[in-house]
Amino acid sequence: MAWLLALFETLLFIGAAPLLAGWIKRVKCRLQNRKAPSVFQPYRDLRKLYRKQPILPEPASWIFRAAPYIVFASTVLSAAIVPLVAVNLPTAQVADMIVLAGFLALGRFFLVLAGMDIGTAFGGMGSSREMTISSLAEPAMLMAVFTLAMSAHTTNLSQAMNYVLDTGVVLRPSFVFAMLSLMLVAIAETGRIPVDNPATHLELTMIHEAMILEYSGRFLALLEWASQIKLMLYGVLVANVFFPWGVAQEFTLPALGMGLAAITLKLGLLAIVLGLSEVLFAKMRIFRVQEYLSFAFLLSVLGMLSHIILEAQR
Amino acid sequence: MIAVYVLLLIPLAGMVILALRGHGPRAGRINTQLNGLTLACTIVLAVDVLLHGPLLSSGKLLYIDSFNVYLVALTAFVGLTTSIFSGSYMQHEREIGRIGPNRLRLYHTMYQGFMLAMYLVLTTNNMGVLWVAMEGATLATVLLVSLYRTPESVEAAWKYFILCGVGIAQALFGTVLLYFAAGQVHALGDDALLWTALHEHAADLNPGIVSLAFVFLLVGYGTKIGLVPLHNWLPDAHSEGPTPMSAILSGLLLNDALYAVVRCKMLADGSLGTHLAGYLMMGFGLLSFLVAVLFLHRQTDIKRLFSYSSIEHMGLMTFAFGVGSPWATFAALFHMTTHSLTKSAIFVTVGHAAQLAGTQRMEKIRGLILTQPVIGWGLLIGTVAIAGFPPFGVFASEFLLLIATMRDYPWLTPLLLLGVGIAFAGLFRHLQPMVFGDVPEGQTPIPANLWPVMLHLALVLWLGLSLPGFLGDWFNQATQLISGSMAQ
Amino acid sequence: MAIEGLNYYQQAVLLLAALIALTSFLMLGQSRLLRLVGIFGVQGVLLAATTAMVANALDFPHLYISALLTLALKGLLIPVMLHRLVVRMGLHREMDTVQHPALVMMGGTSLMVFSYYVSLPVVKLSSLVTVNTIAVSLAVVLLGMLLMITRRHAVAQVVGFMSIENGLFFAAVASTQGMPMVVELGIAFDVLVAAVIFGVFFFQIRSSIDSLNVDRLNRLSEVDR
Repeated sequence: MAWLLALFETLLFIGAAPLLAGWIKRVKCRLQNRKAPSVFQPYRDLRKLYRKQPILPEPASWIFRAAPYIVFASTVLSAAIVPLVAVNLPTAQVADMIVLAGFLALGRFFLVLAGMDIGTAFGGMGSSREMTISSLAEPAMLMAVFTLAMSAHTTNLSQAMNYVLDTGVVLRPSFVFAMLSLMLVAIAETGRIPVDNPATHLELTMIHEAMILEYSGRFLALLEWASQIKLMLYGVLVANVFFPWGVAQEFTLPALGMGLAAITLKLGLLAIVLGLSEVLFAKMRIFRVQEYLSFAFLLSVLGMLSHIILEAQR
Repeated sequence: MIAVYVLLLIPLAGMVILALRGHGPRAGRINTQLNGLTLACTIVLAVDVLLHGPLLSSGKLLYIDSFNVYLVALTAFVGLTTSIFSGSYMQHEREIGRIGPNRLRLYHTMYQGFMLAMYLVLTTNNMGVLWVAMEGATLATVLLVSLYRTPESVEAAWKYFILCGVGIAQALFGTVLLYFAAGQVHALGDDALLWTALHEHAADLNPGIVSLAFVFLLVGYGTKIGLVPLHNWLPDAHSEGPTPMSAILSGLLLNDALYAVVRCKMLADGSLGTHLAGYLMMGFGLLSFLVAVLFLHRQTDIKRLFSYSSIEHMGLMTFAFGVGSPWATFAALFHMTTHSLTKSAIFVTVGHAAQLAGTQRMEKIRGLILTQPVIGWGLLIGTVAIAGFPPFGVFASEFLLLIATMRDYPWLTPLLLLGVGIAFAGLFRHLQPMVFGDVPEGQTPIPANLWPVMLHLALVLWLGLSLPGFLGDWFNQATQLISGSMAQ
Repeated sequence: MAIEGLNYYQQAVLLLAALIALTSFLMLGQSRLLRLVGIFGVQGVLLAATTAMVANALDFPHLYISALLTLALKGLLIPVMLHRLVVRMGLHREMDTVQHPALVMMGGTSLMVFSYYVSLPVVKLSSLVTVNTIAVSLAVVLLGMLLMITRRHAVAQVVGFMSIENGLFFAAVASTQGMPMVVELGIAFDVLVAAVIFGVFFFQIRSSIDSLNVDRLNRLSEVDR
């Protein structure tokens, strides 16, 4: 029963990811006074891409072909770890946050390899930038995660959420810092403004798009979908870890329904925040990304310090 | 008790009067008269304390015992004699056009403001007010250092402000810690920042916190004493400001900062029961002494030379208070007096010498004794006195100090002797050509009022030949207060 | 006592303390003078809020007066004054670039750890919740010093100086629920006078070296020129 529920939740996760992307796009359009596409547009795009015949570049090796599947699979696995509607699911019990970071790193590793595989200038450039950014973002993310773990005495997401639920509303400075830091990291990792702009193929600035420039057809569809899942994953992480209220703690229908409604609401709100920030801020120069990420790192270090200094048991 | 209030009110009223009339030709005289009044006040106060013991004001905010009353008297005396000199000096500066009427007014107002801050530092019983007054002394003098608005003086004032501001911030942190420690002692109640109450209950204060607080307090007030390595502001501020300013900074401010440290040390000793505070002061003092002595040789500016000499002597006193035995404390108190008197006399003479030569660069100051013998002799005798020659008072106090060191830390005595020797060489290699060298062309005597110098030097000589009985009693009472027993 | 056991006012004190530390770090990394002054103002407001919160959480009514004083002086008066000075002197576009920002930030973090260790004995001694924040207040003092050391611009140094004062005030609030009123008023008076004198100094420095870069104040040194 529990495994079935976990499977169902993961499928929901994967299925809802394009919807979230569509919603963000819609929010942004509204804010910029443009006519918004339907929220289901990403589904249509994915279907269109999936039907097209993929064209492989001449020098492509097996890595190039395998990468989209590996990326997609690792993203789906990490999505399974993050509790969406209910905690205490078996998938969340077997793995913790470090495994999550590992899965994400695995996907990125293959994406970077694929970017370099063809040997074009853009692919290599995108890969090198992606690696630079992730090498800076990953410590910040882990630090934020550890801050959380120090409060909850566990690195397991589902147990951490239970802990937060059990202690009730506590104004923890460390959580504020960790959340801010995680949000900054999320923006960098998912390639949103101001670090990268997913909507453009401007050669000077692109990072993620540069790596997948040679992909087409169903490969491209898989990669796009994976990145949408990743965006949703970070959103759920921020929403559910720091504001877990509403998540189902037992597997009854009303609780699950409540969990579903809560997460929909939270993600909808987060998407509005993201949309607002993307409208307000301009994309920054690539050389300033390290400043941005070191700020994120600083925030998580401050989070950890304030946990030790201000919150610890005396 | 009323004398204390009057003592604080006179400079306050003086600030107001001089803010209105400080630019006029009579301002210098008003300033002198005000200082004369405060001196009269302190004499009344001193007699009162000597006869009736410590005084505590009704609000417990002011406290006078034999330790600070003697410093109050010294402050008032040096303040008066310097103001006599300052009248004619500033008038000369005004005539040659270095300052305008507005700055003259600022100068006179701040002179009184500085005196007020000094009296408040000395008489207050509240550690917090002590800090406020100490910071007030910086604020009052900082604009005076940049009075001439030359790039050098602005730089000196900026350094002074920033370094002392940051330094003294540490002292406030120390005060907060002290207050915190006192807050844990319930017997103290609302009096937790009052020195008398703290001293009474010192043994109950938490030693860990008090030692932490003392480190912050020492670093903070130590910046104002000019302890190495926090001394950088001192030579600059002394050399670039008007000379009367250098005289009172060196003769008074440094003493009062040291006074604050000693008060804190008394609390720390009472609480810790170890010699930690003393060791810290000995270390900082010895370091300042040795570093300043070496720097004496490198100077080219005459006021910088003597400000390093101030650092040297402050280091020596800090060291002596750190040693903490009755003999050493007695010597330190004695040295405070003789150094204040001698150093302010020297700065007054140096001011005249610089006006005579038209520069402060020592290579340009030549042949003082031929052009104007009184300045030449004044500088020569002053330097002989400050270098610790018999029969002057500085010799007596340094000798006492050496003996006290010999009793407790004999292996440190050679270091002190060596330092005194190096200092002597450093002073005299610069002094000899200035006093005896060839007269540059066109050097003519200037109107000089040197009787404050003569008075100071005569007093120092007297102190060196025989310590008057009442002063000895006074020092003894203070010594007993600080170190717990008499030096007999 | 761990944070879960506290009421919301007490938790808010801790949260605000952490935010004050954050503003100190932000100042450390901010090159634009106007923003620097702005962050300083935010710090003042946060400090006032913390003081008011402590007054509420621990029931010390006299702290409300300190909070008002802080808000008026550190949150409004001094930042506005600095802001106007910067604009009036035409410095609002001037940058005071931080050299080696990563090193400075690492230094700042280690200072925070250091102040934690220094304040451990203090924290052990009291059961009041606010005592936890004394490490933060010491860190604000030390970070202000670091700011003054790493910057070359007079305005930035003054901001550092004033943020040291903020840290000290915070220390007093955190550890001892403020100083006696006499002392507090005296300190406020000193800070006000200091701010005015700093204003005077900006003009003096500029007229003497034609810039506010204090690196150019290098005429006085022990090395012969």
